[in-house]
Amino acid sequence: MMGKSSGAVVGVDVGGTFTDLVELLPDTGQVRLAKVPSTLDNQAFGVLNALDQAGCDLAALDLIVHGTTTTTNAVLERKLARTGLITTAGFRDVLELGRRTRPQPYGMKGEFTPLIPRDLRLEVPERMDAAGKIVTPLDEGAVLSAAQRLIDAGCEAVVIHFLHAYANPAHELRAGELLAGLWPNEHITLGHALLSESREFERGVTAAANAAVQPLLDRYIKRLIAELKRGGYQGDVLVMNGNGGMVSSSRVAREAAKTVMSGPASGVMAAAYTGRKAGIGNLITYDMGGTSTDVALIRNAEPSVSNEIEIEYAMPIHVPMVDVRTVGAGGGSIARVNPAGLLEVGPDSAGADPGPICYGKGGADPTISDANLLLGRLDPAGLNAIRGGVALDHVQEVFARKLGTPLGLDAVQAAAAVIEIANMKMAGAIRMVSISLGADPRDFALFAFGGAGPLHAAALARELAIPRVIVPSRPGITNAIGCVVADLRHDFVNTVNTPLDLLQPGQLEQVFTLQTQEGEALIARENIEIRQIRRLYSVDMQFIGQTHLLRVPLDRPDVTPADLQSLFNAAYFRRFRVRLDDIHANLVNANTSVVGARAELDLGALIDPTGRKDTVQAAQTGERPVHFCGTWQTTPIYWRDHLPVQFTLPGPAIVQQMDTTLLIEPGDVATGDADGNIIIAIGGRT
Amino acid sequence: MSLDPVTLSVIQAGLQQVCDEMDLSFSRAAFSPVIAEANDRSDGIYAAEDGALIAQGVGGLPVFVGTMQYSTRTLISMIAQGKAAGPQPDDIYIVNDPYLGGTHLMDVRFARPFYRNGAIFCWLSNTGHWPDTGGVVPGGFSASATAVEQEGLRLPPVRLFKQGRLDPEIMAIISSNIRVADQRIGDVKAQAAALLVGEDRLNALLDRYGDDTVTQAIAELRRRAAIQMRAFIAKIPEGTYRSTAWIDSDGVVNEPLAIHLTVTRDGDELRFDFSGSSPPCAGPMNSVLATTLSSVYLAMRHIFPEVPMSAGAFEPLHVTGVEGTFLDARYPRPVSGCAAEVSQRIAEAVFAALVTALPDRVTAAPAGTSGNFALGGYDPERDRDFVMYQISGGGYGGNADHDGLSNGCSTIGISKAPPVEIMEQAFPVLYHHYALHEGSGGAGLHRGGFGLDYMVELRRGAATASFVMDHGRFGPQGVMGGAEGGVNQVIVWQAGNPHTPAHLSKEQDIPLAPGDRVHVRTPGGGGYGDPFQRPPDAVLCDVQLDRYTPQQASDLFGVVLTGDPLQVDSAATHSLRSRD
Repeated sequence: MMGKSSGAVVGVDVGGTFTDLVELLPDTGQVRLAKVPSTLDNQAFGVLNALDQAGCDLAALDLIVHGTTTTTNAVLERKLARTGLITTAGFRDVLELGRRTRPQPYGMKGEFTPLIPRDLRLEVPERMDAAGKIVTPLDEGAVLSAAQRLIDAGCEAVVIHFLHAYANPAHELRAGELLAGLWPNEHITLGHALLSESREFERGVTAAANAAVQPLLDRYIKRLIAELKRGGYQGDVLVMNGNGGMVSSSRVAREAAKTVMSGPASGVMAAAYTGRKAGIGNLITYDMGGTSTDVALIRNAEPSVSNEIEIEYAMPIHVPMVDVRTVGAGGGSIARVNPAGLLEVGPDSAGADPGPICYGKGGADPTISDANLLLGRLDPAGLNAIRGGVALDHVQEVFARKLGTPLGLDAVQAAAAVIEIANMKMAGAIRMVSISLGADPRDFALFAFGGAGPLHAAALARELAIPRVIVPSRPGITNAIGCVVADLRHDFVNTVNTPLDLLQPGQLEQVFTLQTQEGEALIARENIEIRQIRRLYSVDMQFIGQTHLLRVPLDRPDVTPADLQSLFNAAYFRRFRVRLDDIHANLVNANTSVVGARAELDLGALIDPTGRKDTVQAAQTGERPVHFCGTWQTTPIYWRDHLPVQFTLPGPAIVQQMDTTLLIEPGDVATGDADGNIIIAIGGRT
Repeated sequence: MSLDPVTLSVIQAGLQQVCDEMDLSFSRAAFSPVIAEANDRSDGIYAAEDGALIAQGVGGLPVFVGTMQYSTRTLISMIAQGKAAGPQPDDIYIVNDPYLGGTHLMDVRFARPFYRNGAIFCWLSNTGHWPDTGGVVPGGFSASATAVEQEGLRLPPVRLFKQGRLDPEIMAIISSNIRVADQRIGDVKAQAAALLVGEDRLNALLDRYGDDTVTQAIAELRRRAAIQMRAFIAKIPEGTYRSTAWIDSDGVVNEPLAIHLTVTRDGDELRFDFSGSSPPCAGPMNSVLATTLSSVYLAMRHIFPEVPMSAGAFEPLHVTGVEGTFLDARYPRPVSGCAAEVSQRIAEAVFAALVTALPDRVTAAPAGTSGNFALGGYDPERDRDFVMYQISGGGYGGNADHDGLSNGCSTIGISKAPPVEIMEQAFPVLYHHYALHEGSGGAGLHRGGFGLDYMVELRRGAATASFVMDHGRFGPQGVMGGAEGGVNQVIVWQAGNPHTPAHLSKEQDIPLAPGDRVHVRTPGGGGYGDPFQRPPDAVLCDVQLDRYTPQQASDLFGVVLTGDPLQVDSAATHSLRSRD
């Protein structure tokens, strides 16, 4: 709803390796795509390169939606802004002590680097008790002198984190006021502001992460906007949050921690959108890249969102984020024979450099990608990176020597074994993710994307008894598509913590109403066209005496305590097969998400309709032998952009496209739909 | 026909998944925080004929790594001898007797026969740490018990579930003998349901690959785990390695207990000889055989985490010389310190013996105590009794790669400590500080991690404090020239006067009035390598972060710091370090 409004929208996602872009031109129905290397030191260059490659006219653009890894990388690599902490006397080490853990169950080694070093963690006299009553009043002079010390030490950002501030934030608020007059910038994070729940380590780390990435994100966004303006762009930039919703660039840095996991979230949002349009609401997303695989669950077209995600060892960032779980298996995962003579795949990876042997960059260990190549599943001629000139027989020789000989197999059998073990492992991980979220994989479709996902998806689905696989039209730029389809979204969590029998009539509904009003007001403030507003309600419950919570979705806000108890009992039985009907339930949290859905995107336009042929046969580019179940089968190869919109293709078949390869195994049947998706029915069942 | 390695790997992963799913299900459905939050539980699959470990969940508590195969083995032989009732499908046995392959009474084992075609194919079993099983002290950690009867209710293997139905009579006996019994039914159901989840998943695996193939795979995997462990052992230089690890005292008699260990590499096998260790003790610092064996296994798994958990991995490990020592205590010796403390000292002895042989893999001694502090009392504001537990971590040992971790969990555990805010919500206490135990990291080229330093005050009512900890007299050992870590210190401030337990970190029923405080400083890890080899800049950094004082930098590391801001005085450091 900008001034001249061509309606053109760009989604651009900066990933670890590539920056992907999609531009929609609603006037002509045209779609432009770009994929350029990411520039991780200043991601803005990659964004500009992508805009340039796609031929975008910046002056005619209405909106840019941006997914960024700026904050993720900063936290994981500890390349953070210099940040200070002002905290309750006696508790400056909370951020370093953690919860008394170690990085892995076995092995007594391991290190942990807190986000804020000890000399920048200062204490001031003040204390609340658990009920929010003041035990020790705030020493305001101490706050001011601590702030001055942090400024003198060169801190760019500061966290004020006091014990029990979730129960009574008065001291944090007052300290914030005092600092506002002194601190040279706006980078002040109050501990209770992002997460107002008890557990001082988790809340403190969340606040510290926010503060420590805030100046970086702020600078990056400002630089990006300045560059875009110089190119003639006059619109707004929206940034993807980890919850799969977008927020205006002017406000994003305030809650910078929410952008951690922005990239994976956008892929999941694209999946949810695509699934909703295809009428498939229950999806398990499967995004397999070079070093790892991301998995998430979507129920009724809504991604599951968690506010208890730990992004690495002892690094909980407890803001609502799409619950993406990472599995340590990717195309670069290394295969080896262990001392017991058993084949293992991963978790270590050849990464992007040197990468698999077939990249020709000096990789010497057999990987999943190399195995795919030996089995004919990947096109030896089509691999971008094979330019280095590694011959197929070199890969074969390494497989024979490192795996085949100790296993008593030839190189091809060894490669088949690598794929089988890798698939088993990924399937197991997907099963664990789904059951830990209370879902049975058989009730879902597998949504495969990422560079390697579509190659393994059918086999995983078979392993998990998942009936069908969906491969969207542009699996390699799904995250960028997620940016253009993502909604405006605001999540609210309020702690009620009341046993159901003590819940007042209307009490819960009142909480939901306030949450909804606040969310709708925030959405109204954005200058974005909204097609529809969705309100999602849920409660977190437990039996009295438990510590874990079970999330129960509600289809309406006006539920009675009796309804809640029976919904909870049913959800609990589904999840744990335990009935505890005599024990009362406790209502812990009331959650509302207010979602503003944007204009519909015509997914069919992602593949140029004019390039499509009339028949499947016309899309065939050739054939090659591919290894399935111990035998080589001559397998036809198709070019995806040439396939007709509607088609039926029995396996074995391979469909290639610019950024990925789809494998349709013997016995499976692929069909095309109007949105350009390919749907593989496992075992031919429809 | 022999199985191909791919099918083997696939079945191995499948068995592992059955166990991991049982673990997950048990924790998520349990009521007790000790299971639900702290994961003080384990689930596994055991052989039908002898209870040998087939597979166990990755996230299970390490100390249970070996115990359940002994409890299952004992159950199988008791059934064969008619000492326990014979199994029917859908039965679940309950047992917590420490002397029948257990740990302490609070670790309650369930075992379920898994039937295929009318015969027992294997056993599914799990252990959960119940918050209370009766006894003189709430929670079971009595520092001065002299017989197991004082520690709680002891259950022989009986069928708590008979053909799928909970026996209300047995449950009634249990409920009448334990504290906070009303919430136990939820845990009992969670523990039983986890075995049911395992049964479903295992049936699916067998249906898919066939019973014969899986049986064959189990045997082959066991053989290969042994091969793998043997391959690692063969890398240890041939020889004999000795160590001694000390327990402060048993809580009753104030004398140290010694664990003398001689490890001998004999081809591709290791012998762990504990001859000459102290005899059984009067207080609760005894270990039962299953726990002693399990402690050796878990120590080896910390050293070689790559070897999958299966009975085969234990085959090349031989433990001798425990008979007649406190590491093989018999009825009615008290054992509440067995799983939490003695087990960690056994692991310390294994680490200390093998560190010279495997200097890249083994660390200096970790804190090695679970830091059990229990506070039981009456809260007048809520008009109810309470029992609060504080477990705490300590520093890990320095190692070849880096300094030790600070505030790590116990060697035998993986449990998280509860947050201060949660403790203050639930109990009438106020923490004055919760901080790094400064100076506690043992000096070394790579220093030990730091312990925890906390002080907590009783705000109202009346309460008694009990402690079962260790390493108060002797710090965790340093290695390769490193110094030992700081010792555990407990001070109880009663009406402003300090009281230090006679046994340093063990005592029970110390009365507290409002305003009285408990101050605990947990051990730091041992140092690794010569502290004089530590780069002076690293020492300066630790001093700048107040981890050590400038005096300690000079005394412990031979680094002289001067000026403001502090800088390394290179000449003085050089001269100090080249003395003697």
